[in-house]
Amino acid sequence: MTTDTDDLRDRARSSRLGRRLLAERYSSYWLTAAGYTAIALFAGITLLLFYRSLPILSEYPLSSLLTSANWDPAANEFGFLPAIVGTVYVTVLSMVMGVPVALGAAIYIAEYAEGRMKTLVAALIDVLAAVPSVIFGLVALIVVVPFVGNYVAPVFGENTVGVGIFTVSLVMAIVITPFMTSLTVESLESLPDELRETSLGVGATKFETIRSVLLRAAGPGIFSAILLGFGRVFGATIVPALLIGGQTQIPSSVFSSGQTLPTLIVNDFGELMSLPLTQSALIFVGLMLVVVVWLFNFGAMLVQRRLKRRWQYR
Amino acid sequence: MTDIPLTTDQLSVTYTGDREIEAVKGVSIDFPANTLTTIIGPSGCGKSTLLKSLNRLHDIQENVEINGDVLLSGESVYDTDVPAPEIRRRIGYVPQTPTALPVSIYENVAYGLRIHGDYDSKADLDEKVETYLRKVNLWDEVADRLDAPGAELSTGQIQRLCVARSLAVEPDVLLCDEVTSALDPVSAESVEETLRELKSEYTIVLVTHSMAQARRLADEVVFLYLGEVIESNDVRSFFEDPQAERTRTFIGGPTPVDRDGTPVEPTATPPTHGGGSTVDDDER
Repeated sequence: MTTDTDDLRDRARSSRLGRRLLAERYSSYWLTAAGYTAIALFAGITLLLFYRSLPILSEYPLSSLLTSANWDPAANEFGFLPAIVGTVYVTVLSMVMGVPVALGAAIYIAEYAEGRMKTLVAALIDVLAAVPSVIFGLVALIVVVPFVGNYVAPVFGENTVGVGIFTVSLVMAIVITPFMTSLTVESLESLPDELRETSLGVGATKFETIRSVLLRAAGPGIFSAILLGFGRVFGATIVPALLIGGQTQIPSSVFSSGQTLPTLIVNDFGELMSLPLTQSALIFVGLMLVVVVWLFNFGAMLVQRRLKRRWQYR
Repeated sequence: MTDIPLTTDQLSVTYTGDREIEAVKGVSIDFPANTLTTIIGPSGCGKSTLLKSLNRLHDIQENVEINGDVLLSGESVYDTDVPAPEIRRRIGYVPQTPTALPVSIYENVAYGLRIHGDYDSKADLDEKVETYLRKVNLWDEVADRLDAPGAELSTGQIQRLCVARSLAVEPDVLLCDEVTSALDPVSAESVEETLRELKSEYTIVLVTHSMAQARRLADEVVFLYLGEVIESNDVRSFFEDPQAERTRTFIGGPTPVDRDGTPVEPTATPPTHGGGSTVDDDER
């Protein structure tokens, strides 16, 4: 009697084990395949962009493409400098405006705000981070453009309708600030309370604790947040396309209209698609974007590794 | 300094979150000078809560209400013009989890000294860092790598580093919250050894749930149970002639301590990790 039931249970267990091992094997195949797909996609896209960039690269030397200020596809003039300068301007200005505000807001939420206020502000910022950037672009057209044209630019002695590098930078700063804030709050809040208690326990003030201990300990996370913000500005398409003015010229001031690398593609692709050399030039812009983002991520990884060692705690 | 540098006067700590819980209930204790006083009791009896209220660490938490007072050399810690950071400099605190600040070993010790400007020159700072690292028997182990991150030390070394950092700002009193409970037996022994050497020079309050540890280290013992002081006495009288029935049960019962005295979590009640869970445990 007992041996019979034992026997049955053994058999059931062994057939169950067979099924479990099968699932184990197939799940590992599936996960490996998914991992390789990611690598294949990246390599495939880069190779395709490179292959389709060859026509323009064989026609003109790279150095002249990157340093010529003249962009006139109809006359076979392909100088990327205006778009490169525009992109650098927008990226730097947005980060300069956005990062301090994001850090301040994050420190306030994580370390100072209490109770309902904290819940409210944190929730609002998360919602803002999730708003599609085209909405910011539209609102900016109605509000920020006239504001910059009528009030900000005149202060600097500039005459503009309001579209241009500065407006794009301001709006992109507004787009990425909630996003960077949210990630920074997460890094700060994941720090153990012992760090705060340890620092306060030797007589440090709250601000000294934040500055000397918490910002370092959360440093690698904050660095990631800033880097992701950078990536979003660098690749931003819709907001610059709406607000930059679309003139391919070296901007004479930050209030000039101009062009960024992504807007160059967006503005010119439709009409100039039929000209093979122009198409190749725009695809080369895409290749530049991919390569720069890749280089930045790679560099960031190295920096992050150092930060993690230098600023580790516990 | 008076003979009783630290005293609590009807000190109560109440968590006023969703449910109101009085974790420490009208406690009056004296902590004599140059003496190691242990506060013992089962997990969740309010030990850590009491300890943190001694140097106003609850200030950083929401929903905590303190009544009564703590007196440092006769002066109120709560009803005072002295800013909280200065209070906390005079009453140092070492947390349960060994915590290295995200700076080098050297800067971990120099941290408080730099904040308070307690040094004249770089050479003076160097000398003080060395002095306090020697005081916790850590100097010989780290002298050749002072620039390495503090967190690269072993947990036992980090805990001694924490003690060195706290001592460097020359506190009147040192609070230690179960400082050996996260350590392996060998590291725990080295930290205990350090405390034993320090207790003639400093007024130390040590929270522990290990009675063996209390026996080994304490001069005075305070037995806390559900937020109330059941009994306090010198170590010999406390263990050899306990007065309260509950003390006798606690001492004589199935003790949460290894034979060799290694502190272990008691099995009767779940372990606590800081203020929040202390409240939950108190509710049972």
